[in-house]
Amino acid sequence: MTKHATKPMAKSMTDPTATPAVLARGLRKSYGNHLVLDGIDLTVPTGSVFALLGPNGAGKTTVVKILSTLIGGEADTLRVGGHDAAADPQAVRAAIGVTGQFSAVDGLITGEENMLLMADLHHLPRAEGRRVTAELLERFDLVEAAKRPAVGYSGGMKRRLDLAMTLVGDPRIIFLDEPTTGLDPRSRHRTWEIVRELVAGGVTVFLTTQYLEEADQLADRIAVLSDGRIAAEGSAEELKRLVPGGHVRVRFAGPDAFRSAARALPEAGLDEAGQALRIPYDGGQRELRSLLDRLDAAGVEADGLSVHTPDLDDVFFALTAGPDRTPTPARAKEVVR
Amino acid sequence: MSTLSLAVRDSSTMLRRNLLHARRYPSLTLNVLLTPIVLMLLFVYVLGDVLSTGIGGVGADRSDYIAYLVPGILLMTIGSTPAGTAVAVSMDMTEGIIARFRTMAIHRGSVLIGHVIGSVIQSVVSVLVVGAVAVAIGFRSTDASALEWLAAFGLLVLVATAFTWIAVGMGMASPNPEAASNNALPLMILPLISSAFVPVETMPGWFRPIAEYQPFTPAIETLRGLLLGSGIGNSGWLAVAWCVGLAVLGYFWSTSLFRREPK
Repeated sequence: MTKHATKPMAKSMTDPTATPAVLARGLRKSYGNHLVLDGIDLTVPTGSVFALLGPNGAGKTTVVKILSTLIGGEADTLRVGGHDAAADPQAVRAAIGVTGQFSAVDGLITGEENMLLMADLHHLPRAEGRRVTAELLERFDLVEAAKRPAVGYSGGMKRRLDLAMTLVGDPRIIFLDEPTTGLDPRSRHRTWEIVRELVAGGVTVFLTTQYLEEADQLADRIAVLSDGRIAAEGSAEELKRLVPGGHVRVRFAGPDAFRSAARALPEAGLDEAGQALRIPYDGGQRELRSLLDRLDAAGVEADGLSVHTPDLDDVFFALTAGPDRTPTPARAKEVVR
Repeated sequence: MSTLSLAVRDSSTMLRRNLLHARRYPSLTLNVLLTPIVLMLLFVYVLGDVLSTGIGGVGADRSDYIAYLVPGILLMTIGSTPAGTAVAVSMDMTEGIIARFRTMAIHRGSVLIGHVIGSVIQSVVSVLVVGAVAVAIGFRSTDASALEWLAAFGLLVLVATAFTWIAVGMGMASPNPEAASNNALPLMILPLISSAFVPVETMPGWFRPIAEYQPFTPAIETLRGLLLGSGIGNSGWLAVAWCVGLAVLGYFWSTSLFRREPK
């Protein structure tokens, strides 16, 4: 589905007259002496999904806060929905919807009252406000909980209410700051479905995430933010190609099989625990077959075999590790968390 | 939509939100009612006989002291509601929904204006409740005209508005609700060291200026004059000047704190 969405988008990207939903050049932000964003450039074409990928503390939330006019930032150019964020923040606000990382619902009132509050603040006529509220509560599976104070909602319900509130004003550009962090798999997939529905309706989605899979599932373009800079930008496929983390892990029943396999596969390394072989692998069908053929030729029977595609750990390992420090995969995980 | 109609519309939406909070969680409102009522009963029934002879001379009875006391208690009620407002504002600012409001195309001041109007309405309701208790234990206004009643009401609303704006600033400036509660303590203590319970003239000389040169004393004297026909003198203008000054100060303080970039 995202693949279908890619095509018209690709056209608009090449169209120089189209106004991008987000256009930032040289975006900087510092708190005192601490530089959080060190001159980043972002272009998000209208109608596309853009994912900002990065570990905790990379500055993802700061980017969302600046783009959504919550805080100021220095930039050569900063336009959201075609409006200058510094000169006309109210025009930007009228065009956007934001679902932050921390639930932005009023816990003291009910889910329905939260929705009606949004309808009033968007100056919808009363009847339309009620209609939109009923529709969104239904769509986000909150009808049963609608009359209860939001403070008693589960984490997933709060997120759904949060997102439903963001949609009340029918915003054309939506910012989602880590929309699925802390959600269970079912809620995560439900959120993904909703994002796809939004995009099908022509909405531009700017999301941040720690999960490569999420960016992979949803985004047309992904930018990797590391230490306040864009470390890489491209489609999910392009990014994965940058990452050498893809590998096949082969386990063996005994030390003899292990040794002969290691001889047959000189490029293989040991995994962290030293129990299995780790063979670099970029995802191709032929490469996998040739690997199996070589094991067969050596007369080695593998006890177990698993294919690992690059994940965010690998992306960060690849994009943020300096040449002088070569952290082990285990250490790369520490860097991420 | 013009700026003014946007302000009115969004502020009334925010007011509805605050009234919904107050209706759903009445304990904070009832809490601030308790202090003035208990103090009134204490002073009238425990200390009333002794104090009345001090104030009204020999032969004066408890009802004379009720008349003296009630205007002060009513203003004390007005002073304690904003203390609750400071806590409510501080709590509200920790809620994620405030960040959402900041990213919406709504009138910037509406969040605070909603708090202020909501709190003033609560103050007025509290004054009516405390006033009803006062009438029940024997308070009677002597010869106040309709115009004087209206002026008394206006004065109470003005005092409530002034102290609420200050309280909103206190709530905004406090890092957490506990600190807000401490910071708002002067709003509850100030009426205690005014002319609410005994005339300023009976206080020791060094203490008198503290009781005299603060907003509650002229407001209490003005209310007494309006309800009981005692002399107002320049207290009326002093009270209005205090209130307008505090309201303006509180407004600019609060709004500049609200405009400050969130962390």
